[in-house]
Amino acid sequence: MANRWFAPIVGSAAVLALSSMLSAQQEILPWNNSGLAQSPNQPAATAPGPAPKRDLTGIWDAGGAGIGARGYQTAPLTPWGDALGKTHKSGDGIRQVPIEQNNDPLSTMGDPGGFPRNLLFELRPFQVVQTPNSVLMLYMFEKRWRTIWTDGRQLPKDPDPRWYGYSVGRWEDDSTFVVNSVGMDERTWLDNAGSPHSDQMKVEERYHRLDQNTMELTVTIDDPKAYTAPWVPRNKLRLRLLPPTIDLIEMIPSATEAAEYKKVFGK
Amino acid sequence: MRARFPGVFLAVIGLAGLIALTGLTAPLLAHHGAASFDTTRELTLKGSVTEWIWANPHCFLKFDAKDDTGTVRNWAVEVSNPTDMTRLGWARTSFKGGDEVTVTLQPVKSGAPIGRLRSVVLPNGQTLASGGGRGAPPPPAPPADK
Repeated sequence: MANRWFAPIVGSAAVLALSSMLSAQQEILPWNNSGLAQSPNQPAATAPGPAPKRDLTGIWDAGGAGIGARGYQTAPLTPWGDALGKTHKSGDGIRQVPIEQNNDPLSTMGDPGGFPRNLLFELRPFQVVQTPNSVLMLYMFEKRWRTIWTDGRQLPKDPDPRWYGYSVGRWEDDSTFVVNSVGMDERTWLDNAGSPHSDQMKVEERYHRLDQNTMELTVTIDDPKAYTAPWVPRNKLRLRLLPPTIDLIEMIPSATEAAEYKKVFGK
Repeated sequence: MRARFPGVFLAVIGLAGLIALTGLTAPLLAHHGAASFDTTRELTLKGSVTEWIWANPHCFLKFDAKDDTGTVRNWAVEVSNPTDMTRLGWARTSFKGGDEVTVTLQPVKSGAPIGRLRSVVLPNGQTLASGGGRGAPPPPAPPADK
C-alpha cells in the first residue's frame, strides 16, 4: 500500500519543486533596471552556494563603490607622468576645474572611456560570458565589450594602441581568473581625476570568486613611464551577482548629449 | 522580548535604508564636480517648466522664474544621470512643458541662471529629491575600495 502511493507523492513533489524553481528562474524583471545591488531587484538574502569552478558567468555589480567619481590615490608620478597629468582638466578629484574648462575626453567629447578607466570609473553592472577560447565582458556603462583571450596566445609585443587594449586571461586556480592587458591608448584617462598613463602601461585584473553570489576584483597598474611604482586602485572590490533576467538601462555618454550639457552648464 | 522585535526590525531596516541611500548619493552630482557651484547657497524658486532633458552625463530641468526685479529668467538645473535618477524615483516623464514647479537649487558662482537641483515640488504636491541638499544624509565618503 505504501509503495502504491510513494511514487505519485514523490513525483508530484518533484514536479512542484521543479515548477517552483523554473518560476523563480524565469521571473521577468522590469525593463530599464538601473541595476545596482541596492535596488529592489536584488536576490533574496539566502545563504549563497559554493563558487562554481572556473566560471564567472553572470551579471555582476559593485553597487555605489563601482562609481569612483573622485579618482584615486595613485603612486607618485614620474616627471613625464606629471607633465601629462597637468594637461588634464578634470571634473572631479585633484585636477578639478569649472565645467567650462573641463577637457575630460569621456564626459566632454564623447570619446571612449577606455581601459582600465572602465573598471575605475562608472563600473556599473557588467555581464561575463565564457566561450571555449575567450571570456567576454559586456559593460552597461558605454555599452562596450572586451574580449579576453583564454586560448593560450601571448600578448602582442609592440601593439597598435587601442582604446580598450589587448587582453589575455588564465585561471590561476578554480576560483581565480587573472587577466593581463597591454596596448592601451595614451589619450584615455585612468580615472575621473584625470590620472594619466603611457602606452607602456600593463594592467592586471584578478577576479576571485568567493561563492555563488560574490566575487572580488583587484586591479594593479604598472606603468614605469608615468608612475614611480605599481599601484592598486581596486583592492578586492566586492561584486555581487545580479538576477540573470535583469534588463539594464542604457547608459551611453554620447557626444551630442555631452556637448549639449557643456553648452548649457559651461557658462 | 517579542514586543521589542518590531523596533529592532525597523531599526535594522532604517539603518539598511540609510546605508543604501548613502551609497546611492555617492555618484550623484559628482561627475563634474562642484567647482562651478556655490555650495554655501540654496535658492527656492517657483517657475514654469520649459524643458526636461533626460540624458547623460546629467539630466537637467529648464524652467522660467522671475527674479527679484520681476524679470523672467530661464534657469537650467542639473541632477545626475538617468540611471541614478531612476533609482531615486525620477523618470523621463517626470515633467512636461508648462508644469508649475517649486525648485530648490544650488546656484553657480557666476550669477548665471544655472544650478544644481536639490529638490523639486511637482504640481501634484509630490517632492522629488536629487539625493543631496538639506535634510539629506551628509556627503558620502570616497568609495570604500580607494
